[in-house]
Amino acid sequence: MTDAIIRVEELSKVFRVGEVDVHALRGVNLDVPRGEFLAVSGPSGSGKSTMFHILGGLSKPSSGRVTIDGKDLSVMTKTQRNDLRKRTVGFVFQKYNLLPTLTASDNIEIARTIANTDGEVRDPWFDEVLDMLGVSKRLDHKPRALSGGEQQRIAIARAIVNHPAILLADEPTGNLDTKNSDAVLKLLRELNHRKGQTILMITHNPEAAEFADRIVHMRDGEIVESPHHG
Amino acid sequence: MINRLVLNNLRHRPVRTLLSVLAIGVEVTMVLTLVGLSYGMLEESNRRTRGVGADVIIRPPGSSVLSLSSAPMPEAMVPFFAKQEHVAVVAGTVVHPLVFPESVTGVNLEKFTEMSGGFRYIHGGPFAGPDDVIVDEYYARQNELKVGGQMELMNRNWRVAGIVEAGKLSRIFVDMKVLQDLTGATGKLSQIYVKLDDSAATAGVIAKLKAALPDYNIYSTEELVSLISVNNIPGLKAFIAVIISLAIIIGFLVVFLSMYTAVLERTREIGILKAIGASPSYVLSVLLRETVILAIAGSFVGILLSYATRWTIHSLIPASLQQNIVPEWWPWTTLIALTGAILGTLYPAWKAASQDAIEALAYD
Repeated sequence: MTDAIIRVEELSKVFRVGEVDVHALRGVNLDVPRGEFLAVSGPSGSGKSTMFHILGGLSKPSSGRVTIDGKDLSVMTKTQRNDLRKRTVGFVFQKYNLLPTLTASDNIEIARTIANTDGEVRDPWFDEVLDMLGVSKRLDHKPRALSGGEQQRIAIARAIVNHPAILLADEPTGNLDTKNSDAVLKLLRELNHRKGQTILMITHNPEAAEFADRIVHMRDGEIVESPHHG
Repeated sequence: MINRLVLNNLRHRPVRTLLSVLAIGVEVTMVLTLVGLSYGMLEESNRRTRGVGADVIIRPPGSSVLSLSSAPMPEAMVPFFAKQEHVAVVAGTVVHPLVFPESVTGVNLEKFTEMSGGFRYIHGGPFAGPDDVIVDEYYARQNELKVGGQMELMNRNWRVAGIVEAGKLSRIFVDMKVLQDLTGATGKLSQIYVKLDDSAATAGVIAKLKAALPDYNIYSTEELVSLISVNNIPGLKAFIAVIISLAIIIGFLVVFLSMYTAVLERTREIGILKAIGASPSYVLSVLLRETVILAIAGSFVGILLSYATRWTIHSLIPASLQQNIVPEWWPWTTLIALTGAILGTLYPAWKAASQDAIEALAYD
């Protein structure tokens, strides 16, 4: 058995829309080894985002089992899922989702505050990451003064500041032009290679998916293909 | 960091923040002005009572502490008081109420001067005829009166004979006999002031007078002054309570609307906080801190505005209402503002804290 940091077993999610049950996930099985950069691709409505939300503890599965870094999400309380998002899972979103009232530096720092790690000395590892992301000199700016690429790099920094076991990225290049997309994807790749960060990236862009070690395809709530790659 | 987030949130929406602070400020001013007016009017009343210089004050049976609306005491009682032991001077007055809070007082200038040392004239002098009136400086300023000028009072014209320093009896004075005749109270008095040759004998004199006139309200000046307080004015305490309740409701509504809008505007930001692990109590704490800052800033603005209302009242209607600045009420008004604001923020904060992170993140 591999050292799976994410283990998904027979995962199903059913939404009630009006009087109709919508099966967003239908018995998904997936193992993600520690240190892997995995891309999950598929068309809209294939269940990618639903799986992303469940893996991040933002939503509960209807059935099945999800284990993140040895913790079973399906039995977790809301508070435990909050704790999971503080330290075990980091998010990067398509729309960056930085707090507009805070500087880039404070946007990163608030993740430490919420995780109660702000009293601890920030390790040199993170300063190296900031250099790698190329945002060290843009930390005093508010999001509106940053380009999309810079905002997304700050969002990546915020996502990993508490050393999460996994980094979940939902269409991280969806709002970026080609140049910035490439830059962000290269950074994710570098983060994965140099720092061993496990990354699960949702994307419907085949070119973006190519940056990952492995791509799994989803359709109609199921994994239809999981070719090895890279 | 949470405080920086709170302050930046407030700075990020300056118009909303300023309007909220101003609205809470108005709420606080409303209470402080009302309380200031209550204290000011009562203090003014006390000052005028003390200004007479009497040791004992006799009021008719059934009269209230604050006002006199008729003159039911026979003037023939004056000699009775005059012959009591330790009594040096006795002076009666007639009070005729005008439009609140004004009244005109009929005085016997000779007796009044003997008792109080008399008016201090800024302009003009005593009555020279039955149509003469004396007014105090505030009344003269408010009504732009000058010595020798005319004023209408009780449906007749009067000549302003003198303008005096404020602080004795009332603001408008006419000859006592003239007022008695005009009001159909010939030979009657509203109030009798007694000055003793030895103030230490006051209690003894009062005891004797009470024994002789059990139905009459007989006070030492200090006792009467102590009775003229917020607690002893019928309905005033309840009125203040009603205004405070209204203030809390206003604060509640203002903050409710403000925070409700803020929560709607910041739905996505709340989603972001939750996505990075913020608990409902953290979100609640952010909004409550914002509210507390708004309430405290609003209280401060309200205190400043109460100086502005005092200045306005003093400049425009100096003779009508007196507003005091009552610093001992500042903590209470801050508490009132905080109560209204926190009550107003509870529902929006609860709504924010219980928001679903996924829905919040999808909000545009």
